Amino acid sequence: MKRVAYALALPLVLFAAWWVLSAGSESFYAPPLSDILTAFANTWTLDTLKADVLPSLLRLFAGYALAAVLGIGIGLAIGLNRRLRYAVEPVLEFFRAIPPPVLVPVIMLFAGIGDTMKVIVIVFGCVWPILLNTVEGVRAVDSVVLETARSYGVTGPARITKVILPSAGPQIAAGLRQALSIAIILMVISEMFAASNGLGFTIVQFQRSFAIPEMWSGIILLGLLGFALSLVFRLAEKRALRWYEGLRAAQRRAG
Amino acid sequence: MTSARRGNPAWLGHPAFLGVAGLAGLLLIVQLLPTLGVVNERYLPPTSAIFSALADEAGTEQFWISLKDTLVAWGWGLLIAVAAGVLAGFLIGSVPLLRELTASTVEFLRPIPSVALIPLAVLLYGTEIGSTLLLVCYAAFWQVLVQVLYGVADVDPVAYETARSYRFSAAARVRHVLWPTALPYVFTGVRLAASVALILAITAELVIGSPGLGKDIAVAQASEAVPTMYALIVVTGLLGVLINLLARTGERRLLAWHQSVRAEVPA
Amino acid sequence: MLEVKGLKKVYRSGNREVEALRDLTFTVENGDLVCLVGPSGCGKTTLLRCISGLLDPTSGDVKVNGKAVAGPPPGMAVVFQEYGRSLFPWMSVRDNVELPLKQKKVAKARRRELVEEALDAVGLTGTESAYPWQLSGGMQQRVAIARAVAYEPETLLMDEPFAAVDAQTRADLEDLVRELWQRLGVTVLFVTHDIDEAVYLGRRVVMLSSSPTVVQDELKIDLPAERDQLHTRADPRFVELRTHVYEQIQLAKKAAAR
Repeated sequence: MKRVAYALALPLVLFAAWWVLSAGSESFYAPPLSDILTAFANTWTLDTLKADVLPSLLRLFAGYALAAVLGIGIGLAIGLNRRLRYAVEPVLEFFRAIPPPVLVPVIMLFAGIGDTMKVIVIVFGCVWPILLNTVEGVRAVDSVVLETARSYGVTGPARITKVILPSAGPQIAAGLRQALSIAIILMVISEMFAASNGLGFTIVQFQRSFAIPEMWSGIILLGLLGFALSLVFRLAEKRALRWYEGLRAAQRRAG
Repeated sequence: MTSARRGNPAWLGHPAFLGVAGLAGLLLIVQLLPTLGVVNERYLPPTSAIFSALADEAGTEQFWISLKDTLVAWGWGLLIAVAAGVLAGFLIGSVPLLRELTASTVEFLRPIPSVALIPLAVLLYGTEIGSTLLLVCYAAFWQVLVQVLYGVADVDPVAYETARSYRFSAAARVRHVLWPTALPYVFTGVRLAASVALILAITAELVIGSPGLGKDIAVAQASEAVPTMYALIVVTGLLGVLINLLARTGERRLLAWHQSVRAEVPA
Repeated sequence: MLEVKGLKKVYRSGNREVEALRDLTFTVENGDLVCLVGPSGCGKTTLLRCISGLLDPTSGDVKVNGKAVAGPPPGMAVVFQEYGRSLFPWMSVRDNVELPLKQKKVAKARRRELVEEALDAVGLTGTESAYPWQLSGGMQQRVAIARAVAYEPETLLMDEPFAAVDAQTRADLEDLVRELWQRLGVTVLFVTHDIDEAVYLGRRVVMLSSSPTVVQDELKIDLPAERDQLHTRADPRFVELRTHVYEQIQLAKKAAAR
């Protein structure tokens, strides 16, 4: 009960402060919080959510899932082959250093301005942390683990699915987490740049038509979305990596 | 096990050699694909064209001004974010009550994509450098704050209690116990923030049109100067690699005296 | 039957060459329990990895029942020293013990049987759903032994398995090994640096020299088959044997120092 109180205390205070401080606001850019909330309720109905937010989310998930499959698959292949890894690592580090949004104009050349373009942008942007983290995780599998597997004849696909991938799991999860933030950013940017629907597009439309409370409501919705997705990810990670949490706790107690 | 097989010299398997070979391979592929007609030259110009455009860019004054604009926004944004992040981090981290109270707020604000602030930035600062700074500071701040909080949490309670029992003042406690423990984390935070700051700077310039390399990329794209666009993108990539390298080397040098360089805690 | 003939292993790193094993020849009869002892750094682990097929020797060969070893042979199970790293932390105890059996394509019902029996044999019934890191060091090593036993190997290699375990647990585990050996009739090759342990456990003790390693001496342990920690170790014959082994090891260490 105390924990819930702590968790809610500051947000409630900030919320109240925002409300009070902006109550009589005449400022164009900072309308009263009550106006923003009204706009929120009016703008984001079930229909508009379906029309504007759902396409965004679908594109996001498609791109993210594809990036995960590619990143883990290719990362696995590279991580298992030492010479390939040495050869490819500088190239990968270079691609990872390119600010992902910059890819939007490039990919627009290839893929126009439709849904495909946005999905490709997300894939190209967020595959790098997944890939590089997978390579690192695969490379760093404990040598004793590998020798044990070898001595008991655990080879081929079983070696990959039962030994290497689980062992690299925590590292891969870190990559997936980074990729999620990048994917969200790219989803918004690609829509701000060129789209006919989507959350990013809608927010920009509001801004261009100076519908300020609506714009703020859109920003808040985007924030909520980012928060919700990160929460979902964290829950999924906790379940999948329960063994890792346990292992680390045991090590901390011993060390 | 060395990768030298019978007959091959050992250096053939050396990481540096293979790495260079990999880069060379990339350049070769980018040269061949459009030249051989596999990919349309308008979408992917060959390496030679990109390098030639890069050379042209380097000869213009505008390029260097844009580079300076980007680096200035990056630098100032990073500085502000680090100062604010370290201060806030130490303050919140050392007072358990503050830490508990702010935990939920931090967890909520952290994952908010900084690009959500773009419309706001546009309204407030238009296409001035202020827009870029707003985004850069916001994103970089969280990177620093999270790491500093981890660092403060990592302080050995025994050491802290010892300092208290010897009646160290708060300032002395910070100097002798808190700071040395948290320092590696601060560096990790700065490194991560430096990377994120560059990304946001370029992004802001690209989308909003504030001065810098990002804006030049958008202009190149709009005017269909494709090799120039690619050349500028290569520059941003190199910038990113350079910043990351500098940050890592700086981190290692400055922490060489530190008895244990901590493993990076994922942000 | 395990035959090691003229085993030689040279490590090359850059320009340096390190001769870890020079010429090792010995035999382990079927159903025997042979202990390998030697001074620190004499390449015991290298030897075991060559025998288990995890490492290729520079020359010489290893034969199991007449067949040359060129990779981990079927019918051989290894228990590593680092139990904490050898058990897979993402799998439960049951899954860890069952994995090699799945690879061996044993039928499901039989697998369950083997896992149950093995865990029972090492005294760990009831821990099936636990994870290795939830168990103590001694229990973890028992799981590793159970995994080896469930595999129904003909040959069991143990690489200083109790070096990282406390003395009292070590005594229990030593007795466990002897009991399993006698019950299952496996051929056991037990590597250790503990001279007392080697004499207590083995029917034969092979003493290794310092690096570059050769067989320094072999000794038949003619203690009774029924042994226990208290009485056997006080037996005068035990003391004689152990002194012999100790002297040999000291000779080996002096030869290296020279």
